[in-house]
Amino acid sequence: MATIGHQIVFWIIAVVMTVAAVAVVTARNVVHAALYLVGALMSAAALYILLLAQFVAWVQVLVYVGAIVVLMLFGLMLTNAPIGRASLDNNQRFLAAVTAGVLFLVTSFIMVRAFEGQSIDLVREQGTLTESVGEVIFSAYVLPFEVVSVLLLAALVGAIVIAKRD
Amino acid sequence: MPVSYFLVLSALLFSIGVYGVLARQNAVLVLLSIELMLNAVNINLVAFSALLGQTGVPGQVFALFVIAVAAAEVGIGLAIVILIFRNRQSVDVEEMSLMKW
Amino acid sequence: MILAQSSATAGRAATDFMWLVTLLPFLSAVIIGFGGKRLGGRAHIAGIAAVGGGLVLSLVGFYQLAAGNATVEASWVWFELDSIELEFGMNYDFLTGVMFVVVTTISTLVHIYSVGYMHGDKRYTWFYTALSLFTGSMLFLVIANNLMQMFVGWELVGVCSYFLIGHYWEETDNSSAAIKAFIVTRVGDVGFLFGIFALFIAGGTFNIPELNLLAEEGELTGTIATVGALLLFCGAVGKSAQVPLHVWLPDAMAGPTPVSALIHAATMVVAGVYLVARMFIVFEHAPAALNVVAIVASITMLIAAALALVQDDIKRVLAYSTVSQLAYMMAALGVGAYTAGVFHLFTHAFFKALLFLGAGSIIHAVHSNNMSDMGGLRKFMPTTFMTFIVGSLALAGIFPLAGFFSKDEIIGEALRAASDERQIVAWIVLISALITAFLTALYMTRACVKTFFGAYRGHGHPHESPRTMTVPLQILAVGSVAVGFLGFPVVGPFPDWINVPGEVHHGFSAFYNLALPAISVAVALAAIWLGFQLFYFERFKVDIRSGRFAWFYRLLENKYYIDDIYLDGIVRPIQYPIARATNWINQNVIDGVVNGTAWGTVAAGKGVYGVIDQRVVDFAVNGAAGLTGFSGGILRYIQTGNVQRYAAFLFVAVAAFVALFGLF
Repeated sequence: MATIGHQIVFWIIAVVMTVAAVAVVTARNVVHAALYLVGALMSAAALYILLLAQFVAWVQVLVYVGAIVVLMLFGLMLTNAPIGRASLDNNQRFLAAVTAGVLFLVTSFIMVRAFEGQSIDLVREQGTLTESVGEVIFSAYVLPFEVVSVLLLAALVGAIVIAKRD
Repeated sequence: MPVSYFLVLSALLFSIGVYGVLARQNAVLVLLSIELMLNAVNINLVAFSALLGQTGVPGQVFALFVIAVAAAEVGIGLAIVILIFRNRQSVDVEEMSLMKW
Repeated sequence: MILAQSSATAGRAATDFMWLVTLLPFLSAVIIGFGGKRLGGRAHIAGIAAVGGGLVLSLVGFYQLAAGNATVEASWVWFELDSIELEFGMNYDFLTGVMFVVVTTISTLVHIYSVGYMHGDKRYTWFYTALSLFTGSMLFLVIANNLMQMFVGWELVGVCSYFLIGHYWEETDNSSAAIKAFIVTRVGDVGFLFGIFALFIAGGTFNIPELNLLAEEGELTGTIATVGALLLFCGAVGKSAQVPLHVWLPDAMAGPTPVSALIHAATMVVAGVYLVARMFIVFEHAPAALNVVAIVASITMLIAAALALVQDDIKRVLAYSTVSQLAYMMAALGVGAYTAGVFHLFTHAFFKALLFLGAGSIIHAVHSNNMSDMGGLRKFMPTTFMTFIVGSLALAGIFPLAGFFSKDEIIGEALRAASDERQIVAWIVLISALITAFLTALYMTRACVKTFFGAYRGHGHPHESPRTMTVPLQILAVGSVAVGFLGFPVVGPFPDWINVPGEVHHGFSAFYNLALPAISVAVALAAIWLGFQLFYFERFKVDIRSGRFAWFYRLLENKYYIDDIYLDGIVRPIQYPIARATNWINQNVIDGVVNGTAWGTVAAGKGVYGVIDQRVVDFAVNGAAGLTGFSGGILRYIQTGNVQRYAAFLFVAVAAFVALFGLF
């Protein structure tokens, strides 16, 4: 179930996201690419809100846009990102385009065929409550949750170990 | 709203990410494209979770874990890129082809 | 497994252990044969112990049987196919018992005698091995309860005879004699085997008591039964040296004299008579079979007795005498006188063995077989002389020695069969028997005169033989006198032991006609008188070497030319043309096939190697290696070291898999 409002919002988000994504992979300026990624990620967050998954949306903004992109910018800065007009693509652009195209076609064809006729009901009153997300995490998925925290710790330590000067 | 819209959108995003991984010269930009791919997956997950309604909450939980793992992976990935830059003064992927015939 | 119907007395009787008698000589043969080197000159101890033990056991067993114990039959089927059953069994009844006593007695005495006779022989140990083996085989033959087993024993004794005749095989004549004996008896054995088959077809069994029972019930009649019986008789003709297969026995005298005494007088040659006696009921009920037996026997006894008259070799005289006496036994069976025939077998064993051992003693002293080298020996060898005379008188049938009772019994039965039952065959037998009795006494007188009387014609100094040789002679002489009384009319126990159901005893219960024994004794005495006149006093000297009867003399001298007929008619054609043809076939055809196959295989091998192995297989192998290298050389360029290139391939593959799993 979706009102016309939902559809318009969806299309706008879709277009913005697509344009941003294409810009990420074709920009000549690395910093521009990173900023275009922000656009893509934000549109994804908007999409999550449309899909009534508010908690995921805000976590996306917090972590992805807030942390990951910042990290990327730091990386770009520390590795002397070339800021100029030099080409940022390698020699196998054509092969990459073909591969991506084929992959897109195959995947979308299969998915459309598989999920024909199934619709998402977007007019549920409240959507998914954060409460329910929390309940599920801390009951059924508490173990993966703990493991992920250990994973993050490991990543932290690992990153420090790898990148430190000795 | 037909779920296939969201699925096609995520497929599109994923393919663009694939293009980016394969075609970009700068290692950091490759990492950026990988983030695009992971986002596409997340969109897929959340779309299915919305399709299933009340029982689809685990889909969103999964999406949260993906985000957490993506964060960890970016940290490590950048650490490696920085190390390479320190040793080779360059992050050009094409120059890192020592193990060739 | 073992089904024994043995005596009703509680506990085990000796009759249950009769198989031991057969086993002991085999064991001693093994012991002597394998331990010979260490035993050396003492090999005879094991042999004498074995047969001596067997003798004791045989006597005990026979005594028990006579005292009323039941006969023993036990068997074990070792092969079964459809309706054919082959058994391994024993049958101990009176006939077996009598044979056992005969075989073990003579064998023991011969074993003892050979200690002296074979002293210093270079194959002393082997001699005793073969002797034990022979004794065991003969006992095996006798105790067998089925025809197949008997045939096995039959062949075994033939082989042992071959070994023993050819003991002095360094002389070609001796080994030829052994081969001749073996082959001639083999001819008979073929008939024997087919006879067994024929009787099996007729009766469905190999078992002897069963066959006899079937015959008695009238089930074994008709052509096939007669054919079977006559074929069995073929084997008997071969083994018991009847005409026309008698030619091997005189030549078999090439073996040592104790061998002649044991095998060719008392035991192996009587196997034929034993066979007919065992299967007597089958023979009785098979039409015309017994008549054939009687006719053959009659012819044989006359021919052989005549031949004995013109021999110079003392052993050959005795050999032909044996043939003649065996014919007597066969003739008795032929006219239905079962008891008389077996009784004559029993007594003949004693005095014939005595005569042979005596001849051995003489030969040992004079170092020659020929009577022309002897003469006047009674002065030098008194014991041998006395015992030999006793044996000769017994053979001639003089009262009260053993031969008298057994021979006259046969003549009496022949007369009864002739006059009471009006059989022509019986008349023939009767007349032949009387003539032969005359001839027997005549040739034995000749032999005795030439050997013991007159002047010594030889060289050297003959002396009496050692006690190991003379004591057996004395024992046998006593036997020749004593055993006759077992068959004494009315009171003698022999007919109670050996009889055939339905046989009415005339002769033994009362001499059918007292005139008959008187006549036969008179005939014998007349022959003795004539013999003395001819050979001692040398009156009526007819120069038979030339003159009117010269042709007859030459006929006898050449043994009726039978040997020559066999040699030129049968042996030579096989030996020369047929053997050559077979050799040609073997060399060219058979070897040609074999060699051709070999050559073909080699050529094929070479071809396979050159063409297939080198060109095809090696091409494939080398090609595979080259292909691998070539493709490797091309494929290595995939390893660009560029990770993004690898990632491209990876995603292409992912797309392919997605398509694969998603669409199909």
